[in-house]
Amino acid sequence: MSEKKHIISMLVEDEPGVMTRISGMFARRGFNIDTITVGKTNKPGISKIVVTLIGDDSTLEQVEKQINKLVDVTKVSEMGSGIIRELCLIKIKTPNKKVKDELFDYAKVYKAKFVDVDHRSMTLEIIGVPEKIESFIEMVKAHGIIDISRTGVTAMSRGIINN
Amino acid sequence: MEAKMKGAEAIIKTLCKQGTNVTFGFPGGAVIPLFDKYLDYSDKINNILVRHEQCAAHAAEGYARASGKVGVCIATSGPGATNLVTGIMDAYMDSVPLIAFGGQVPTGLIGNDAFQETDMMGITLPITKHNFQIRDPNEIESIITKAYKLALEGRPGPIYIDLPKDIQVKEITKNKNEVKIRGFSPTVEPNTAQISRAADMMMKAEMPLILAGGGVIASNASKELKQLAEFTGIPVVTTMMGKSCFDENHPLSLGTVGMHGRKIANYATLQTDLMIAIGCRFSDRITGNLESYLEFAKLIHIDIDPAEIGKNVKADLPVVGDARRTLSSLVVALRNKKWKEKKEWKENMTVLGKKCDKCIELKAGKKIFPKEIVTEVNKLLKKGDIITTGVGQHQMFAMHYLRMGSPRTFISSGGAGTMGFGLPAAIGAKVAKPNNNVFCFDGDGSFQMTIQELETIRSHNLKIVPIIFNNSFLGMVRQWLELFHDKRYSQVHLGNEIDFVKIAKAYHLDGITVERQSELPDAVKQSINADKTMVVDVKIEEESNVLPMLPPGGHLKEAFGVCMKSPGKFV
Ligand SMILES: Cc1ncc(C[n+]2csc(CCOP(=O)(O)OP(=O)(O)O)c2C)c(N)n1
Repeated sequence: MSEKKHIISMLVEDEPGVMTRISGMFARRGFNIDTITVGKTNKPGISKIVVTLIGDDSTLEQVEKQINKLVDVTKVSEMGSGIIRELCLIKIKTPNKKVKDELFDYAKVYKAKFVDVDHRSMTLEIIGVPEKIESFIEMVKAHGIIDISRTGVTAMSRGIINN
Repeated sequence: MEAKMKGAEAIIKTLCKQGTNVTFGFPGGAVIPLFDKYLDYSDKINNILVRHEQCAAHAAEGYARASGKVGVCIATSGPGATNLVTGIMDAYMDSVPLIAFGGQVPTGLIGNDAFQETDMMGITLPITKHNFQIRDPNEIESIITKAYKLALEGRPGPIYIDLPKDIQVKEITKNKNEVKIRGFSPTVEPNTAQISRAADMMMKAEMPLILAGGGVIASNASKELKQLAEFTGIPVVTTMMGKSCFDENHPLSLGTVGMHGRKIANYATLQTDLMIAIGCRFSDRITGNLESYLEFAKLIHIDIDPAEIGKNVKADLPVVGDARRTLSSLVVALRNKKWKEKKEWKENMTVLGKKCDKCIELKAGKKIFPKEIVTEVNKLLKKGDIITTGVGQHQMFAMHYLRMGSPRTFISSGGAGTMGFGLPAAIGAKVAKPNNNVFCFDGDGSFQMTIQELETIRSHNLKIVPIIFNNSFLGMVRQWLELFHDKRYSQVHLGNEIDFVKIAKAYHLDGITVERQSELPDAVKQSINADKTMVVDVKIEEESNVLPMLPPGGHLKEAFGVCMKSPGKFV
């Protein structure tokens, strides 16, 4: 069976230790988490955790079933066709004007925002699907990346199904 | 809970409200307030003081396994609580409803590495169904009530509850009795379409076989299983955890499968074209090599835990639901579809099943062969009598040769294989079923792991029948060394033939040594009839092996000592 990337979104009780329960289960059963994000939702006491992982369909099925067994998890869904976003901060060396100009051009194409500038570096914020972020990183790599900070993927289903 | 009541009292009251009248525990600083309250509630609840916390957990397991009720154990913080860990893990592996309480440093000191502080929440996280730390006395009733629900419902399992000392002495000000658990709603009722599909598959099969696991016992589905088997004439094999769920004297019973299973049970597994598996998780000890397991058969897998279906063996038809309800719906569906018995297959299997015991060869030796003990005790068993076991060869002999008639009578550490389980489990079983004989089959190695519980037995006047298969070896490991490691015996000889009779006497109990086959029946009877516990120390053939044996990871066909080389032929 072929391995591919899966995005799983879950609603969990906002209790101490919930992240440990989930990441612990992944580690123990040998499932490979690619990214994990967590944040509050509009429902009091309920947080949302979004995990991306690589695996075949049977791995995905086991993961979903095992997550479902965790008492603190109230809902699990695979986000095949949902809205998927990640935020990335990226700090790049800018030794001269030429580089700066180039970055301005790239930023326009990728809809990236400048969030910090000094005379030797520029920091950009880029939001999008992970593939977009990766292609941006690829683009600017040659200029010398000083630092990257990525949030990991968050996701939401489209329309008012599934909620 | 009334306002002004203190936490410790609220704990006791909640336990009583949930129907618990006995706990197994051992005290220490962090649970002093809790145990103090036992003095005020002695007419409602009683604690069995064990001599090691591991045994509190195993005894609570024995209680739960024998009764189907939640077993409760209690230990103090730090080392007390970590001593519970083996028992909690054991209960997790075998899906036993257990609530384990561990004391904890006061909430204000948590995280400071105070005396006997341990992160029990972290330690028990991967070996519990769920765990709680009570940080507010007002949550006591709600958390403990949830724990009972979680331990028992769906697939049963252990719950750990961390009890900081201060919440035991603080007053209840505003009791929260919220008991809803949003993320917990096991599927009990099976899907009717799946039941109908299962029935169709069974109608089409020529050689269907039922494999019953511990789930049948957990859901009290023995009656329904018997109905299904008798209505359909389908033979039944069980896992070790399922042993006793189906009367093993019934002609349709072929016994236990797996590494040390009966030839006929493994043979039937090789032959079947449709396995109907209920409440079992296909551990490696059952399947051997996964690739070749059920190579030519279809599988209907019934389980209340959907994560078990497809985890190890791919199912052709998954059915999620409680075993009892599923089995009874299945009988109805088959009746409606005008089920026709698979006569030839049934007759073949029942005839071979009867012959099966005869094809095990006994090694002639001067000393007693372990099988003899098992068959001897088997003759003396009365309905409802319980056997607990340690872990090793003696356990496998017991599994192989005992014929248990009613559910919850064979109590053994399956998934974990915890040496030392037998004696404390027997204590718990005896507390649950005081009117039945409780035998503990133990190895000399296993027995010594929890031997101090003889004192618990004496001080609570519990009468059990411990039978030690004394071979001066860690027999099972020795067998592996003999079979797979050129007989290089490293660290398996126990030597110094221990005098277990003297040890029993030191605890003010009785004991009897048996060296000859002829003395065996009388000695066992004497122990059964004695007023106080009498250890039967049986000196057995030192290097006897449990056969048949499927080499780990091997194909079922390869079981040693079995003429199964060509699956077309048997015996
Ligand atoms: C706590 C624990 N430690 C080690 C083992 C590994 N082990 C499995 S069987 C066995 C030998 C058991 O010896 P004994 O209790 O004398 O029983 P016998 O096999 O001789 O019947 C050992 C060491 C285990 N299962 N549990």
